[in-house]
Amino acid sequence: MEEKQSKFHGLLFLFFFVFGMIASVWIVLRNGWWLPELASDRETIDRIFITIFIIAGILFVISELVLSYFIFRYSGQPGKKAFYLPGTTRKEILWSILPGTLVVIILEISAEFLGGASLWGKIHGEIPKDAFLVEITGEQFAWSLRYPGPDGKFGRTDPSLISYDNPLGIDISDEAAKDDIVFPAGQGIMYLPLDHPVVLLIRSKDVIHSPFLPNFRVKQDAVPGMTTRTWFVPKKEGEFELACAELCGLGHYRMKLPVVVKPMEEVKQWLSEQTPAGDIYY
Amino acid sequence: MKKLISIVLLFSFISFAFAQNATVKGVVKFSGEAPKPRLISMKADRQCDAIHGGKQVQAEDVVVNQNGTLKWVFVYVKEGVKGKYNPPSEPVVLDQQGCWYHPHVFGIMVGQKLEVRNSDPLLHNIHATPKKNKPFNIGQPVKGMKSYHTFDTPEIMVPFKCDVHPWMSAYAGVLDHPFYSVTNDKGEFEIKNLPPGTYTIEAWHERLGTQTQTVTVKAGEVKTIEFTFERKK
Amino acid sequence: MAIHTEHTEVAHKQSFITKYIFSTDHKTIARQYLITGIFWGVVGMILSWLMRLQLAYPNQPMPILEKILGKWAEGGILKPEFYVALITMHGTIMVFFLLTAGLSGTFSNYLIPLQIGARDMAFPVLNMLSYWVFFAASVVMLASFFIQTGPAAVGWTFYPPLSALKNSIPGADLGATLWLISMALFIVSSLLGALNYITTTLNFRTKGMSMGRLPITVWGMFVTAILGLLSFPVLLAGAVMLIFDREFGTSFFVPSGLVLGGQPVPHEGGNPILWQHLFWFLGHPEVYIVAIPAFSLVGEILATNARKPLFAYKVSVGAIIGIGALSMIVWGHHMYVSGMNPVLGEVFVITTLAISFPTAILVFNYLVTIWRGNLRFTPAMLFALGFLGLFIPGALTGAFLATAPVDIQLHDTYFVVAHFHFTMATSAAFGMFAGVYHWFPKMFGRMMNDKLGKLHFWGSFIGVYLIFFPMFFQGIAGVPRRYYAFTEYNFTSQFLGLNKFITIAAFVAGAAQLLFLFNFFWSIFKGKKADKNPWKATTLEWQTDSPPPHGNWGPETPVVYRGPYEYSVPGAEEDYIPQTVPVKVETK
Repeated sequence: MEEKQSKFHGLLFLFFFVFGMIASVWIVLRNGWWLPELASDRETIDRIFITIFIIAGILFVISELVLSYFIFRYSGQPGKKAFYLPGTTRKEILWSILPGTLVVIILEISAEFLGGASLWGKIHGEIPKDAFLVEITGEQFAWSLRYPGPDGKFGRTDPSLISYDNPLGIDISDEAAKDDIVFPAGQGIMYLPLDHPVVLLIRSKDVIHSPFLPNFRVKQDAVPGMTTRTWFVPKKEGEFELACAELCGLGHYRMKLPVVVKPMEEVKQWLSEQTPAGDIYY
Repeated sequence: MKKLISIVLLFSFISFAFAQNATVKGVVKFSGEAPKPRLISMKADRQCDAIHGGKQVQAEDVVVNQNGTLKWVFVYVKEGVKGKYNPPSEPVVLDQQGCWYHPHVFGIMVGQKLEVRNSDPLLHNIHATPKKNKPFNIGQPVKGMKSYHTFDTPEIMVPFKCDVHPWMSAYAGVLDHPFYSVTNDKGEFEIKNLPPGTYTIEAWHERLGTQTQTVTVKAGEVKTIEFTFERKK
Repeated sequence: MAIHTEHTEVAHKQSFITKYIFSTDHKTIARQYLITGIFWGVVGMILSWLMRLQLAYPNQPMPILEKILGKWAEGGILKPEFYVALITMHGTIMVFFLLTAGLSGTFSNYLIPLQIGARDMAFPVLNMLSYWVFFAASVVMLASFFIQTGPAAVGWTFYPPLSALKNSIPGADLGATLWLISMALFIVSSLLGALNYITTTLNFRTKGMSMGRLPITVWGMFVTAILGLLSFPVLLAGAVMLIFDREFGTSFFVPSGLVLGGQPVPHEGGNPILWQHLFWFLGHPEVYIVAIPAFSLVGEILATNARKPLFAYKVSVGAIIGIGALSMIVWGHHMYVSGMNPVLGEVFVITTLAISFPTAILVFNYLVTIWRGNLRFTPAMLFALGFLGLFIPGALTGAFLATAPVDIQLHDTYFVVAHFHFTMATSAAFGMFAGVYHWFPKMFGRMMNDKLGKLHFWGSFIGVYLIFFPMFFQGIAGVPRRYYAFTEYNFTSQFLGLNKFITIAAFVAGAAQLLFLFNFFWSIFKGKKADKNPWKATTLEWQTDSPPPHGNWGPETPVVYRGPYEYSVPGAEEDYIPQTVPVKVETK
């Protein structure tokens, strides 16, 4: 090497990462940028998230600082020779494999053994028998809602029956359909009972949508042609927002639905005041 | 809208001032028990809801007037028009105000400009789904936006929908002549400046279907006709 | 052993057209790819600026936009349907046209023959065809900007039914058709390229160039080509099926009973999730088709400029092969909430976490490579170091998204946007920049300006962090991606201020790219003349002239005697020993 290499770049790397990390922590804490307030029973997601956040955070700080330090420390000097280390001995090869293995083991543990797999199984497994059912149907760019009514069963639907009168194509000849309570797209708010398992049956009339309830840690695509499902227990009273998380067209960014969580009695009371499908769709 | 029609009619009147033209007018009646008005709740869109003060709005699909007549019926000359008519230069305005289309039903000539206006401070998209003309779909995210469109082929009727507010609907009758009218809140329509001749007049209603009558008018005559729609079961 | 073609008489006369346009010379084709790639990079960057303007100033009229974009910004306000077109085209252009064709096309073409001691590609005419098919794909894609309904606007992932139903958004009409045609051409081009790269690497190595002596770049390009060959045809099949759904009434991806905009859709029996499988079966290897070349260029540049052998060469090559192999079986992690069978979800969690194993090894090896080195800070070296600095947060945040339950919250949020911009977008761009700065003297026979290069690096590096690091927190707070404005929800509107900051950072980082453009084009004509081996590097391409003559070598192709990274060998006079230097018979 003919010329001495400037320490400037190493210093700038160090400064950038040290200053950047401190500034980020300060800004994030000051603004409170974090997961939205948890309002469901899915605290496991938060726990795994925070665990990975801590591990990844530490790994991030260490590796960026090591990188910056190396850049600073080993800047070239004339006449000096680098340390010849081809990494071909068995010991060196072991050294090159070991850290990667450790990283994977740490991540694997945090991801799988903190309840991730069991939560996944729970979400997609059996649903509680007395669960509160809501059917949510996406269409460009609003959500329709349907509650099963007192019989707890949704009536049959048939896309060929879809019309201005009957936006969900409910087959009113089905006994189970007569007491269903329907809110055509954009005309209803989702009411959910507090501390009671809620099952969302998710459908779509046109393209793929994805109801996303940030506070409930719930997201599940609405796939046309099939009914997807997810369930959770609302744990906080109040009003929340449901957003669309899968690009569905030009109105994607405001395909929103207010969600209200109230005690079970109030939700039941509210439901009993609604007109059932049998009285609307003649 | 009325103003617009009169402008349209005035225009055609000028072009045919030399002939003594006839008028066909009348009312569209509704027989039977008026259906319960369908109420639209805008609760899910807080902004729309606020514009209406949280009140529900009556849908315009079947509007039976106080006097038992039917509003929003598109009455037009279906057959018998001869000659070519140029479209007026004034645009037809379709306004989106309060998450609602104004007017609900309107006529427009081939080649005439349609101005779609957003008077709401929120996103509307104008999604027209004609069969014969080219469909279009335009987003208007901000208040005061205007978009223009013209149709190339006559078509009864072109539906308009706002996908953001699926209850919003409007219909346009696209014709290559200016002989059309939409019933008002007394159920009245009036087609002016018809050259003498025999015509098939059709009344179109979005939910109750169509009806036709044939009339023959002489120069200067004012002919009164009547349509009656029944509630569909 | 390598087959060695004997066509030493190569100085046949070339006209301007055969030399610069319809050339079969791999070096010219590489430069054509590079310049086309740079063109697309500029287009992609301008699209991202438009998106950032909209996100920073939603609902505020900017009359200048109407002047530039016409009806897409009536009254100076960007239309939502055009915003969707912007995200679609930005993604497509950057991933495919810049970071696949621009990156692999340039460096596979340029480096494979030169670094293995070949005179050209195995199939030079096929190679030329590959570029010109890519050029046709580029023309079709560019044309879609100028049609009435605008370019494709259904997201670069092209999920049906949005992409299958022409009436779903203006950009799903002719724009989407052109997109599909362009992508089909693009895939054909990349398959022609991949065949060439694989054949050349296997059969055209010069005497002594065993697979174990291949520079890591050639290994990277080789694995990339195999990945492309295995995965791109699946997307081609998908694209053809989608064209059939759109034009000929089949229903591969559109189920029955749909009602769009109040109108029944005349399709029946398809499944939209099928497309997602087909798309991501390419889509995920595609991430590595972008990342592996960048990784391998960076490895080469780090070793050269640290004056140290690449640490554990064999392990690193193994890691690259491992990444390539695993990348074929992780696509399902894009689909945890898609409605796919949840049992599959669990499987993909495990394969995805497994891919972090070779990746971590590679990063670690690179870090050890610079440890106790004698670092020389050329712009290329800075970009290579910057690549590591960007890849690390990208890779670590992958752990969140790989974990299915956490992905429920983070899927399709800005967390994903930040994650992939760090792991495979900006880091791959940094790898490409590093490669351009490093091989520019060889490609054009002139040096690029050093100071401008360093300024370009710092503007880009700091810029990228300022743009994308805050997006992690937007994503954690739940902001979904592909939103035209953050104004509609309480949990998104808290970031309106931050969006302005990110937009400013985007313009600053963009301005730094102008430095590069200037430096690049100025240096082609006015740069200082380059020596044969300005970086004192060991690999074969540095042993011939800059730029190499037609046919690359003199009458004889070089003979290789040693591995690619003999830097600072104890006892040697200089701190590098080229691969062509015979090994002395040691007498102990």
